[in-house]
Amino acid sequence: MSAHADEAAAIGGGKTAAVAAWDAEQSARRRLILVGRIVVGVALVAFWEYASGRMIDKLFVSSPSAVSLRLWRWLGDGSLWNHLSITLYATALGFIIGSLVGFVMGLLFGRYRTIADIFDPYITALYSIPKIALAPLFIIWFGIGIESKVAVSASIVFFVVFLNTYAGVRDVNPIYIHATRIMGGNEYHVLRHVMIPSAASWVITGLKVSVPYALVGTVIGEFMSSNRGIGFIIAQATGLFDTTSVFAGLVILGVVGAVINVGLRHAESWLLRWKAQD
Amino acid sequence: MTITVRGAEKRYVSRGREVRALDNVDLDIAAGEFVAFVGPSGCGKSTLLNMVAGILPLTGGTIRHDGVAVSGINRAVGYMTQVDSVLPWHTVFENVELPLKFRGVPAAERKSRVDAMLARVNLTGFESSFPAELSGGMRKRVALAQVLVYDPGTLLMDEPFGALDAQLKLLMQAELLAIWQATGKTVVFVTHDLSEAVTLASRVIVFSGRPGRIKAIETVPLAYPRDPFKVRFLPEFEACYAKLWAALAPEIAKGEAV
Repeated sequence: MSAHADEAAAIGGGKTAAVAAWDAEQSARRRLILVGRIVVGVALVAFWEYASGRMIDKLFVSSPSAVSLRLWRWLGDGSLWNHLSITLYATALGFIIGSLVGFVMGLLFGRYRTIADIFDPYITALYSIPKIALAPLFIIWFGIGIESKVAVSASIVFFVVFLNTYAGVRDVNPIYIHATRIMGGNEYHVLRHVMIPSAASWVITGLKVSVPYALVGTVIGEFMSSNRGIGFIIAQATGLFDTTSVFAGLVILGVVGAVINVGLRHAESWLLRWKAQD
Repeated sequence: MTITVRGAEKRYVSRGREVRALDNVDLDIAAGEFVAFVGPSGCGKSTLLNMVAGILPLTGGTIRHDGVAVSGINRAVGYMTQVDSVLPWHTVFENVELPLKFRGVPAAERKSRVDAMLARVNLTGFESSFPAELSGGMRKRVALAQVLVYDPGTLLMDEPFGALDAQLKLLMQAELLAIWQATGKTVVFVTHDLSEAVTLASRVIVFSGRPGRIKAIETVPLAYPRDPFKVRFLPEFEACYAKLWAALAPEIAKGEAV
C-alpha cells in the first residue's frame, strides 16, 4: 500500500523552497498591479482637474475638487444617505424578488421540458421587450414610490437569472442524476444534491451579472418619476445644468457598483470552492 | 439466479430510422459471479447494463434482479461508470455518506460506516477534500467507496477504469478483485478491453455488433485469487484470450467496415 502513501504525499505536503519562490513571485505581481491601479486612478483624476476650465468648459465637466466638495456636503447634511438608502433598498428588493422568481422558474422549466416548450415563444417575446419600455407602465401601476423602481429592476433581474438557471439545469450531466437515484435519492435529493449545485456556476454568473442591472433598473425608475434616490438627484441636477451634482451622483453609483461586485466575487469563490483552482 | 434476462430487446428511432441496439438477449447471472461484457462499440453491452440498473426501459422482454422484475430505477444495485459519478461539489466524506443519507441511516451510524469504508479504500485523511483535489485513482476509490458503503448485492460497472492509465488500471483491478472476493458480491463489468475482461471475470460474454446479440460465452479457467500483474503471462490466460478474440475480432472488423 506504499503507492497510496506516495500518492498522498505528492498531493498534500509542506511548503518547499519552490512553493515559497512561487508565492513571492505572485505577491510581487499583486503589488505591481495595485501600484499600477493607483497610478492610473491618480493620473485620470489629475487630468480631469487640469482639463476642467482650461480645455473644456467647467459647466460641462465640473471638476474633481468641486465634485468632492459636493459629496462632502451631502455626506455632512445627511442627504447622501437619505437618497442612497432608498436607491439601495429598491435595488436589493428588486434583485431579491427578480432572482428568486427567476431561479424557481428556471429550475421548473429546466426540469420539465414540456412546460418549457409550451411557454417558450411567450418568454422569448417578453424577453425581447426592452425593460426600460415597461418603466412608464410600472409607474402607472405602482405609483411614483419605491414599488415601481422595484418592479423595473425585478423585471430585468428576473430574465437574467431565469435564463441562466434554465441553461444550468439543462447542462446537468445525466450520469449524476442516474447515479444519485440508484444510490437511493428521491426527486428532492436529485434537486438538492445534483441540479442546484450543478447549475450553481450558471446561476451565480446570472446573479453577478444582474446586480448591476438591478441598480440600473432602479435608477431608470428614479429618472422617470420620483422624489428621492440617486437617480432623482442626477435627473434633477441635469435639469438645472448642475453638472457637479450629476458627477457626484455618478461617482456614488460607481462606488456602490464596485463594492457590490467585490462582495459578489467573495461569495462566488466560497460557493464554488469545490472547483479545481488554477 | 441474481440476474435473469429473457428476450431483452431495445429499439429506438434515430433520424427517422429504427435502430435495434439489443436483440432478443437471454442471460443468467448467478449470485457471486463476476461477469464481463465485451464487444465492439454500439453492441448494446452498456445498454443491457443500464437496463439492469433501470435507467433505460426495455422495449421487449424482461429482466429480473433478485427475483424482482426491473421497472424504473433499481436501487438494489451499485452503479459505477467511466465518467466520475462522484459529485464534485461534495467532499469525499459527504460523497460516501450520500447513499446512507438517502436511505435514512442515522447520523452516528453513517459516520462510523463512512469512516470504515474510507479506511478500506485507503482514503483516510482525505475526508474533507473535494474530488477535484484528488488524483484520478483516488477519485475512482471514492466512487468505489460510494457504491460499496450501502452494501448492494450487485455491482454494475460500465468501463469504470477506462480513463485511467495502464498501471493504475492494474492497481484498481487488484483492489476490485480483493473486494469482490472478500464480499462475495455479484459483479457485471462492461469493458472494451478483452484482457481486462479475462483478468477479472469468471465468465466473459461477447456481444456481436449491431443489432446487439450474445455471440459467445466463455468461462475463464483461471483460479482466484488472481494477481492482475501476473495472470496475463499464464498459458491458460493466453488460450482463453485467443478463443475470445476469435469471436470478437470479426465483430470489430464488421463495425469498422460500415
